[in-house]
This record gives sequence, C-alpha cells and structure tokens, in this order.
Amino acid sequence: MTEAAGHVAAGETLLAVERISLRFGGVTALNDVSFDIRRGEIRAIIGPNGAGKTSMLNVINGFYHPQRGAIRFHGENLARMNPGFAARSGIARTFQNVALFRGMTTLDNLMAGRALKMKRGLFWQLLRHGPALDEEIAHRRVVEDIIDFLEIEAIRRVPVGRLPYGLQKRVELGRALAMEPELLLLDEPMTGMNLEEKEDMCRFILEVNSQFGTTIALIEHDMGVVMDLSSRVVVLDYGRKIADDVPDAVKQDPAVIAAYLGVAG
Amino acid sequence: MLEGDVAHRDTFPKLLALNARRFGARPAFRHKDRGIWRSWSWTETEREVRAYALGLLRLGLRRGDAFAILGNNRPKLYWSFTAAQWLGAIPVPLYADAIADEIGYVLAHAEARLAAAQDQEQVDKIIAVAERVPGLARVVYDEPRGMRDYDHTRLVAIDDIIAEGRRALAADPSLDAWLDAELAKGGAGDVCVILYTSGTTGRPKGVEIGSGRAIAAAANSVAFDRLDERDEVLAYLPLAWAGDHYLTYAQSLVAGYCVSCPESPETVAENLREIGPTYYFGPPRVFETLLTATTVRIADASAMKRTLYRYFMAVARRYGERILNREPVPPGARLLYALGRLLVYGPLMNALGFSRVRVAYTAGEAIGPDLFRFFRALGMNLKQFYGQTEAFILLTSQADRDVRADTVGPVVADVEVRIAADGEVLYKSASQFLGYLKDAERTAEAMTGDGYVRTGDAGFFDAAGHLHIIDRAKDVGRLRGGALFAPKYIENKLKFFPNIREAVAFGDGRDFVTCFLNIDLTAVADWAERNGVTYGSYQELAGHDRVIALLAEHVRAVNRDLAAEEATAGAQIRRFLVLHKELDADDGELTRTQKVRRRFIAERYARLVDALYDGSETVDVETEVMFEDGRKGTIAARVKIHDMASGAARAERAAA
Repeated sequence: MTEAAGHVAAGETLLAVERISLRFGGVTALNDVSFDIRRGEIRAIIGPNGAGKTSMLNVINGFYHPQRGAIRFHGENLARMNPGFAARSGIARTFQNVALFRGMTTLDNLMAGRALKMKRGLFWQLLRHGPALDEEIAHRRVVEDIIDFLEIEAIRRVPVGRLPYGLQKRVELGRALAMEPELLLLDEPMTGMNLEEKEDMCRFILEVNSQFGTTIALIEHDMGVVMDLSSRVVVLDYGRKIADDVPDAVKQDPAVIAAYLGVAG
Repeated sequence: MLEGDVAHRDTFPKLLALNARRFGARPAFRHKDRGIWRSWSWTETEREVRAYALGLLRLGLRRGDAFAILGNNRPKLYWSFTAAQWLGAIPVPLYADAIADEIGYVLAHAEARLAAAQDQEQVDKIIAVAERVPGLARVVYDEPRGMRDYDHTRLVAIDDIIAEGRRALAADPSLDAWLDAELAKGGAGDVCVILYTSGTTGRPKGVEIGSGRAIAAAANSVAFDRLDERDEVLAYLPLAWAGDHYLTYAQSLVAGYCVSCPESPETVAENLREIGPTYYFGPPRVFETLLTATTVRIADASAMKRTLYRYFMAVARRYGERILNREPVPPGARLLYALGRLLVYGPLMNALGFSRVRVAYTAGEAIGPDLFRFFRALGMNLKQFYGQTEAFILLTSQADRDVRADTVGPVVADVEVRIAADGEVLYKSASQFLGYLKDAERTAEAMTGDGYVRTGDAGFFDAAGHLHIIDRAKDVGRLRGGALFAPKYIENKLKFFPNIREAVAFGDGRDFVTCFLNIDLTAVADWAERNGVTYGSYQELAGHDRVIALLAEHVRAVNRDLAAEEATAGAQIRRFLVLHKELDADDGELTRTQKVRRRFIAERYARLVDALYDGSETVDVETEVMFEDGRKGTIAARVKIHDMASGAARAERAAA
C-alpha cells in the first residue's frame, strides 16, 4: 500500500479541478477548491458531513455545473463536464445509496454497464444473430471476468433488489468496472458493511488499482480504510479545501484534527 | 471385459492411461469458469497430467515425497493427485477451511516437499507456516488472482508447470518413454494417498492407503452399483475427506465417469441443476436443508399448488417406496403415482437437480426416517452405507431394493465384520489402511490382538443381516439386567419426532431406561393451537396433560421400534418426564454444537433422575437459570412423571 503511494507520487495528472466554486442559491457547497488526480493513484476525498465531498464527485462527472472554475481532463480544459461525455471518456462511478436496476439480475446490471460499448444498432439487435450476437458474446466475456474477479458467481441470476446491501455495493462496483474506466469515482463504497465485507471491498479496490491500473477517487468515512488505501488525501470542510497530502501527514494536520473533532480552529 | 482390464491396473495413473485408451474422447472433467462449463476428455486429461508430472519432477518431486493439496474441488487439484502418483510421490489432501496452524502441523508431519494451493487465500496460509516445514521447496497454485506482487521464487502457477512440461515433451520425445517407464514402476504396494483424520482427541492421524487395495475396493463398489463411464457426479465435498477421495477420485478412475467441479462452493445448488448428476452423495444435513427449503417454498406457493403437493405427497408416501422397490401395488396406485411424477415429483426433483440420480447415498450420522423416506417416496434411490477412512471407506452398504431407514446395510464384499462382546464393531477389510504415518503406537491401538480394526462405534446385526449403528462404543452402557443401553440411539429415535426437541436417556447400571424430554416449542405450540389447548408459558405447555399424552404416544412408538430388535428390546423406556425448561447451552446443558451433556444434566437434575427411579408421580424442583443478559434467576416447577409400564409390558411380550 505504501509502495503504491510511492510509485504514483510522480505520475502525470489525469484530471485536475481548478478553483471550483459551486453554489445552490445562497448555500456555498464548494468554495475555490483545486486539486489533481494523478494517473494510477488512489485519491481519497474526506471531510465531515456536509463538507462538499459528494458535490465534488458530482462536479467531476458532470452532474453539477460549477459557477466558477474549470476541469482539466487528459490535458484538455473543460468549462464544465457533462455525464454523457464523462462516461464516454472513461469516468465511471458508484453512488452513496446504490443506484442499480433493482428488478434486473446481477448479470443484466453488469451488461448494462457495457451499453456504451455496444456498437450494433437496433436492426442487428432485433435480428439476434450475426454481428450483434458476436458483440454480445464478447461483452459477456468481459462481464464474466468481472463476476469472477468480484467473486459474485453465486448471484449471477439473482435480481439485485433481493441482495443484501453489501453485495449490492459490490455489484455496483462491478457495473462501473464493466465500463473499463480510466477513472473510477467511488462514493462511500463501504457504508453499511460489516467488517468482513469492508475487508473484501478494500481488497477489490486495491486489486482494481494494481491489476488494471485504474485511477480511483473515493469518498470514505472510515479513516482506517482511507489511510490504508489511498496514496493522497484531500480534506474538505464547509466547502473549502483544508488539507491535501499523503495520509500520514494529513492525520497529523492540526486543521484536519480540528475539523473532525469540531474544535474551533 | 473392462473389469478384467481394471483389475490389472494397480495404480491410479495406470487407470488414467487405460481410460484415455478405452474412453478417449469421453469427458473426464468439467469445470465451470467464467460462466461456461469447460470440459477435458480422458485423452486430454492424460496429456495434461503427463506434462504436469514432468513439470513436478523438475520442481524436485521424487518417489516417496509428500505433495500437499489444499483447496476446493478443481480439476487441477484432482490432477495434482494423479501427477504426484505418476512419479510415485504421495498426495496429502488438506481441508480448504483448515486454519494455518492445522495446515502447519500436517505439512510438517507429512514432511511435504511441495504443496498445491487453490488460490491466494490458501497460499497465504501455507506461507504463514512455511518456516515450520523446512523441506517444503515450492508452492504451486491454480488461480493467479491477487498474487502478482508475491515473491515468485517459491511460487509457481500450475498452468506454467504444465506448459513447461509440455514444452519439454515436445523438445525431447524420449521423455515420453521415460514417463511410461516411471508409470510402470508404480505398484499395488505403493501408498497412494495419506488422508488425515481429525480424531476427537489429540493431533490428526495420517491414514496411509495402499494403491492396489484402494483400486480393488473401488472396483467392488463400482460393480455393486453398476457405475460406468456414462455416470455423472458433481464434486462438492471436501477434497481431504475420504468420502470425496473415494467417490470422485477412486471410483471415477475405475468406472470412467466424469467429475464436474462447481464454479464456487456457493454455486453448488445451481451447478447441481445444470449437471444433473446420476450418482450423488449427501450427508443427512444436506437432505434436511433441501427438505426444509422445499417445505418453505411450498408454504409460499399458491393454494392450488399446495393442494396438489399435499395430495400427491400422500400418494408418494403410501406407494412411492413400494414402487421404487418394485413391490406389487394396485394398478390404480401406479397410475396415480405416474400422474404425481408428472405434476409434482418430477418438477421437484428437477428443481433440486436430482432428476437423473440413479444411485444416491447418505452416511456419516443417523438420518431421520421421515427425511429418508421423503426422498425415497419421490423416487430417489437413496441408500445408506457405513464406513471409515481406515477401511478405505465401505464396510456395509445397502443394495437397491434392500433399503431401510434405520440400518446401514449388510457387509460388502472382501470385508469381514465382527461385533465385540462390548458391542463395538470390528472389521477386517481387503482395503484397510497400511497404518498411521509415523505412529506405530496409535496404529497398534486401533487393532485388536487378532488383527481386527476397531471402529469405535457400537452396533448390532439384525435378522436380515443389516448392521445397525447405535452409538459411540465408549458411550454404550448396560442395564443392571445386562441388556445393552445405547443412549444416543434412543435419543435420536425420540428426536426424529418433530414435537421432541431434545431427549436425554438414563439407564447405565440401572434397572430400566428412563428419559427427560424437551418439547419443540414451535411444533407443540402449533399442535396446541390446532387442538384448542391453551397455555400461558413454556412451562405450562410442557406440563400440560395432553402434551404429556402426546409425547407418551411418541415414546410408545419408539418402544415398539426398540422391541422389534433383539439387541435393543431390553432397553425400552419405562418412565419419562417432560422438562419444565428448555435445555440450553448458556446453562451448560448443551455443548455449543447443541449436543446434550448427559453427565452434567444428570447431576444438575439429580432430584428428577431419582424421582424417575423411586416410583414417585410428581416431583418439585427449583432450577437456577442464566438469562441472556447474564442475570441469574430460578424456575420452580412441579414436574409430572409418566409411567409407560403397561405399554412396555405389552411390547416386551410382543418381543418374547
């Protein structure tokens, strides 16, 4: 884990947010926040409740449009992102409150994650033979690799609405992986999990990062998890960035301690 | 013709080579991976195993070395057995769920030279104990996931070993002849596997099995059930368990049937449906789980389905076993049963994955007669056997159409069974073990002076020549009159009634047998509701006259059963009482695995036991109990004692 932190320290920047400000009416959710995500790293965004963490992820993948600031992705300056563009250019995400197709099986949810990569039109799909079938088989192969990777063979045919929460989170990670993303945004991947499920999830995140080289940005409340997983940590408080460093340094930072303990800084 | 051929093969690799010739393109192994069943024919399997053996040789595996195998049922782990045996090395399978410390003990005790592990989890456990096993040269693994960053100086993927062996064979054709020569060196006297048994006390013992003996035993049982290359099994039992080694390794190589490996331990039920095995083994608790799941699903089904199920299950209970046993039944019943098969039994067996099962076995512990008959009534040829690792399994086995719920069948071929004076089952078998590895003392302890092996179980033969296993030999006592008293046997018979949750039998050194009963609250409350019995508490329900009368009926039925066998007729229950509280592990009355602690209960309820024997009709008792939050309290009760005297006397007359 520390080794991971070492080899990305000098990596090139994959995505950077620059001086982002986001307001909802009179509420300032993000105030002049800048940071970067380097290729191949696991970047954590932490902060107390209401600090603006989820808003930040929503800005990155284009759900929210900030009033000020810019996003630089692959070296290109974008005034704003939009979700379709984000998905097509390799940004996938999971949500705090699991957003899956509850009536569909695990397999179908994962196949849905491949939708953007399916090229054959309605005509061929309706024909059900020929190129659309070949394409589906190729996609199924990718999805099966993910099922194997996440050890969810036993729930392949189970509608996700019937699964326990911890497994739904795993399926959601699987759907994001099905997009073969370059950048994976994880919004609190461990909430509502027991210790064993958390350990499994940590293992999967580390393996996604090390085996596929996927860059990961994650929001997490469990500090132990953040310290173990991430190479660098951004700390937000009331919409402002108060720290940005390697985990050990962040842990010692008086401003961070104050924000977390609620001591007037 | 084939059997004659098999008889000349005295090692498992020789059988593999034979199967590659006689069955060629027929499937030998299947494994579901990435959602797809992959299969390997006998020819392909032989090719893989030859290359694997050569690769293992290059890693330093030599004749006589131990090769530990740790993981779930995977083709490559099964091949590890054969590849090791090819070189004259000895496979030593370990339980996949064993903790590192146990693994360390076995690896060190067997002096493992190499170890094969399924995946990262198992590799981690071996690495954790590696320093205790100085001779361990390498660990080989099946699934590479997660091991990219491991130190690969001592780790090799099985795939790479096989590829390396294949390359060597392609480069140097003389190696093929060398492999054939190596195969020919193996003989009947080789130790073909060491199976560790987790004895109840002390460290596990390594049971050495002889190659020729194992094959002879498997050939006997394959002929007994007419298994052949068209049969199918799903390998889901632990590799290290002797039963799996027998069923999916030894018998498969002898008969030539295909072994299918599930995708993961969690997908067994689904994979069972996909494969549709023809030959199946399940311990009683597996069948119990299936029955419970079925009952629950039927309860949730529509009213029409429920009615159909209830009606046709009644038909099945009445005629199913008789039809299975090919006994005469009225033509109308046969027609009704056929209709039931179309509407209920067929679809149900299909949902369970049992549609094609031709031969099924259960063993390991006593199975409830209702549970056993449920599956037989559905048309499943479910049978029982009795065996031991040390015997290389079979001692007795039930033949088709000679099946009973309460026996384990007659003695099988090439085995001799004797009952010792104290009731212990002793045997001599052509396939029995060669000894415990490096443990002459415990090997000697396992044998009697005249060369029989002790099973540690007590049993008796009935008039039909079927063996009944009644209890562990050390738990069996005697009544003062000399009759055999097997508490667990009696308790099990009582517990098979859904209304009885626990039973504790007394009688060792006494004049007659008595017992405590615990009602099953769910079942008895349900009965009370249907029969208009009102009650305010567990204690009141347990002490209700009608409940006691209900349980007396069950006791009477058990007594009838006991009276039917000469060996148990003397141990009928004379008096019983229904306990005012549930036996509980928190109060030390049960072990954490829910087994009754008979001696502790006898001390704790000494007054009740005395009352059972001194002829009193009621007894007042105060019991200290521990609540879930740790507080203590007392329960006071007046417990009634029920005398079975009249019934017992009748049964005794019937027995005489």
